[in-house]
Amino acid sequence: MLDPSYAGHAYPPALPYLVGREKIREFALAVGAAHPAYLDPEAARALGYPDVIAPPTFPIVLAGAGLESMAADPGLGLDFSRVVHGEQRFAYTRPMYAGDRITCTTTIEQITSRAGNDFLTSRTDMVDEHGEPVVSTWNKLVVRGE
Amino acid sequence: MELAPRTYRITRAELVRYAGASGDFNPIHWSDRIATGVGLPGVIAHGMYTMALVARAVVEWTGDPAAIVDLRVRFTRPVPVPDTDEGTELMVTATVRDGEPYPELVLTATCAGEKVLGMAVAPWPTVPGV
Repeated sequence: MLDPSYAGHAYPPALPYLVGREKIREFALAVGAAHPAYLDPEAARALGYPDVIAPPTFPIVLAGAGLESMAADPGLGLDFSRVVHGEQRFAYTRPMYAGDRITCTTTIEQITSRAGNDFLTSRTDMVDEHGEPVVSTWNKLVVRGE
Repeated sequence: MELAPRTYRITRAELVRYAGASGDFNPIHWSDRIATGVGLPGVIAHGMYTMALVARAVVEWTGDPAAIVDLRVRFTRPVPVPDTDEGTELMVTATVRDGEPYPELVLTATCAGEKVLGMAVAPWPTVPGV
């Protein structure tokens, strides 16, 4: 059982994540994202970006730390062995680029129960080194009842 | 308006590669023993890998690498990936509907005729005249 009083709880920011060209390339190739703006800095600059940009779901790489914070919090009571991924959303202010130094803050937005299952929605806000928003991602987990 | 469906083949090799690239090493995505132990039919694809293929389809339809400003998906069924050369196939379909301030794409992904992902909505600002 999740502790519903954790709604609104925020986990302190993880150390900044430095977005690297080669990590973007590795991720892009793994998902078959072949647009040159993901792979070639010159092609990205020709489109007006400072360096290669990350494919749309790349920020999930950074969001893992927030899930680990929740899983490691004994008070919350999140049992990952019974977790199913329910929903995911990315809302961009601007694309993420190689060279970005991104700080992630994860907040639990909602905890509900229905038909013996618990539902946990968390939001991870990602800001750049100037504190400007880049992307927010929402993750909804379903914790199957015992 | 319906867009031409896009299909993507998923084999175990893709899942291993995605695990490494994403950092998601949950064993239900690479171990049949562990996957069946928690009641799954076998190894399943990462939901986030399926979502990445949906995003890839949007980028391929638009030609714009930053086309996606807001993408939401609901995972409705697991995507089993058998340990064969053929693996499985994911089909991504989309229709364009009116929305504010832009038209929206309503996306669905199916695998072996079953809907595995829905409620995916992305603004569709780049189609002239829609």
